[in-house]
Amino acid sequence: MEGTAVRGRLTWQTATVSAVMDETPTVRTLSFEVPDWAGHRAGQHLDIRLTADDGYRAERSYSIASAPGEPVAITVERLDDGEVSPYLTQDVQPGDEIELRGPIGGYFVWDPPADMGPLLLLAGGSGVVPLRAMLRHRARIGSSVPVRLLYSVRRLPDVIYHSELTAEPDGVQVSYTLTRQQPPGWTGYARRVDQAMITELAWPEGQMPLAYVCGPTNFVEAVAADLVALGYPPQRVKTERFGATGTP
Amino acid sequence: MVGPLEDAVLDGNAIGGLLIELFGTEMTAAVGTCGVCGTSGHVAEMAVYRPKLGTVVRCRVCDNVLMVFVEVRGVTCVDLHGLAQLA
Repeated sequence: MEGTAVRGRLTWQTATVSAVMDETPTVRTLSFEVPDWAGHRAGQHLDIRLTADDGYRAERSYSIASAPGEPVAITVERLDDGEVSPYLTQDVQPGDEIELRGPIGGYFVWDPPADMGPLLLLAGGSGVVPLRAMLRHRARIGSSVPVRLLYSVRRLPDVIYHSELTAEPDGVQVSYTLTRQQPPGWTGYARRVDQAMITELAWPEGQMPLAYVCGPTNFVEAVAADLVALGYPPQRVKTERFGATGTP
Repeated sequence: MVGPLEDAVLDGNAIGGLLIELFGTEMTAAVGTCGVCGTSGHVAEMAVYRPKLGTVVRCRVCDNVLMVFVEVRGVTCVDLHGLAQLA
């Protein structure tokens, strides 16, 4: 088929960094004041563009970490060989200006009450970011939809939003699996997410659950396949892959 | 987060911004049908590769190239040849 390119309305704009907060030694949340923000949905992302003095540009997508109605925020993990993330996690200060555009995405979004059913959230590493936006959205609108979050990280200090997740609001159950290193006395999971773990934690398929899976590509592929094997209809398993390295 | 590495397989979520730029509307929730194997799926689920030269979107089932986007001097060339349908 053939297509004609048409200019859309998604335009780059200059946002001002309003706050920075360290989540872990390598992960930082940046909040922005965006002059012309249409409002976002839980699960969407935005694009950030950095321009070097010589005109070279690097563009990256980041999931929005805040709930609809909250100031726009992203949570960035530093990749040591990255072009963009070292700047965002080490150099940026409140008051700095950043070029961004968004919100973006209409698939990996949670829109209650239209999106019905208990939520099953599965995160690998920084894949927790858009799922955190969903949890905050749920709290802000006073939703009573039951939620189970399974969050896979290498070590406990890698857990992003730890205090917020530990609070476990009513109806939210958070489980961790620490795949590389566990603190003394750890009673949670200590292996990569597998079929047995998902079978233990997943809502029965008959309850019409809705699953969101986000993380590195290999994590998402494996988890989504396990859910479908468990009887989840593929259209009830929404995925977002960010292609990063390693096993969360 | 979406998309830091050039050689990694991403998915259609990662090019949501590019697609709005080109099509003028949100496209990740649109459904595309592979012109080779006939598999239908959301654009968000398609395999996306972003080498420096541009963006290649492939069918997850048969690996057929569904869409190619290449920017040349500020103009984006769009090839949708591998799709039977996009709606």
